[in-house]
Amino acid sequence: MAGRVIVVTSGKGGVGKTTTAANLGAGLALLGRTVCLIDADIGLRNLDVVLGLENRIVYDLTDVVEGSCRLRQALIRDKRTENLFLLPAAQTKEKDAVAPDQMRKLTLELREEFEYILVDCPAGIERGFKNAIAGADEAIIVTTPEIAAVRDADRIIGLLEAAELYNPRLIINRIRPQMVRKGDMMGIDDIIDILAIELLGVVPDDEDIIVSTNRGEPVVLDRRSRAGQAYNNIVRRLEGIDVPFLSLEEESWISRFKRAIMGHS
Amino acid sequence: MIEFFKQFWQRDTDSSRQIAKERLRLVLVHDRVNVSPNLLEALKEDLLEVISKYMEIEETGFEVNLDKSENSVALIANIPVKRMKRAIDQGQ
Repeated sequence: MAGRVIVVTSGKGGVGKTTTAANLGAGLALLGRTVCLIDADIGLRNLDVVLGLENRIVYDLTDVVEGSCRLRQALIRDKRTENLFLLPAAQTKEKDAVAPDQMRKLTLELREEFEYILVDCPAGIERGFKNAIAGADEAIIVTTPEIAAVRDADRIIGLLEAAELYNPRLIINRIRPQMVRKGDMMGIDDIIDILAIELLGVVPDDEDIIVSTNRGEPVVLDRRSRAGQAYNNIVRRLEGIDVPFLSLEEESWISRFKRAIMGHS
Repeated sequence: MIEFFKQFWQRDTDSSRQIAKERLRLVLVHDRVNVSPNLLEALKEDLLEVISKYMEIEETGFEVNLDKSENSVALIANIPVKRMKRAIDQGQ
């Protein structure tokens, strides 16, 4: 078996990378895939908390890379979802505790056992970023509809390309359809126009995310939440299924009216 | 009547969504140029090839730059011409 290694990255911090990684991992595992989530944010680990696995950590990524333990010993099995495992980041080590070559070797080993290996990348474009992307064959970029986040996403696209990681796909997180309709937030088309990359999914700003993170349960497990549905759609797109996008940007009657009269789009 | 509709239109173009989009566009023009000086070099080579069909150029004095001001970015090219051709050179 040769699994897919996908890095989840963003440039800017706080746009929802870790939440995205956790939900994609849990969603893929729900579909019966074997998934390993790697927290590559050394020194600032968070994926364990989002998944509710913070009390189970014995060994971490750095221990594996340094040979202090076997890979199997460091992998934590998820509480709820079968087939989902976490390789946590070290909390007390430095970012340069792992080198790109070591990451490549690690992912090579994981490919043998898992169908998906998702790497949660640290914010920034320095060493941690370079380590996280080292073993990846695909990249997912997470952004929010803000100038700063989209700008950083653009920079990341360039850096991924320089590292020969082509055709990254975009997830637009925390969109608020009503604000877009009112003309107070950039919309999906605006962002895709500017970045010129493939859209993988759109996740609405949803309070359920906060609640589920408080509980340490990925929102994708909650079928009733809108964000959970959005993640579910993204997961199925990763599986190659053609899933239509949620209609988050339904045109209001007033803008349709304006367009009809003024010919302005 | 038209004034009434114009008001709507005006609000649309001045919306913070449009402002954000425009600011982002401009920021990225600057960013992308700073990131890739190779791009300008490649453009220069392509320009040279096209222009050479019509005239002979002094290659050493050939300069292509982006002129950046606060609200706009312009492509400025300085292309010294050595000689004009009589007809379009169709190349090979």
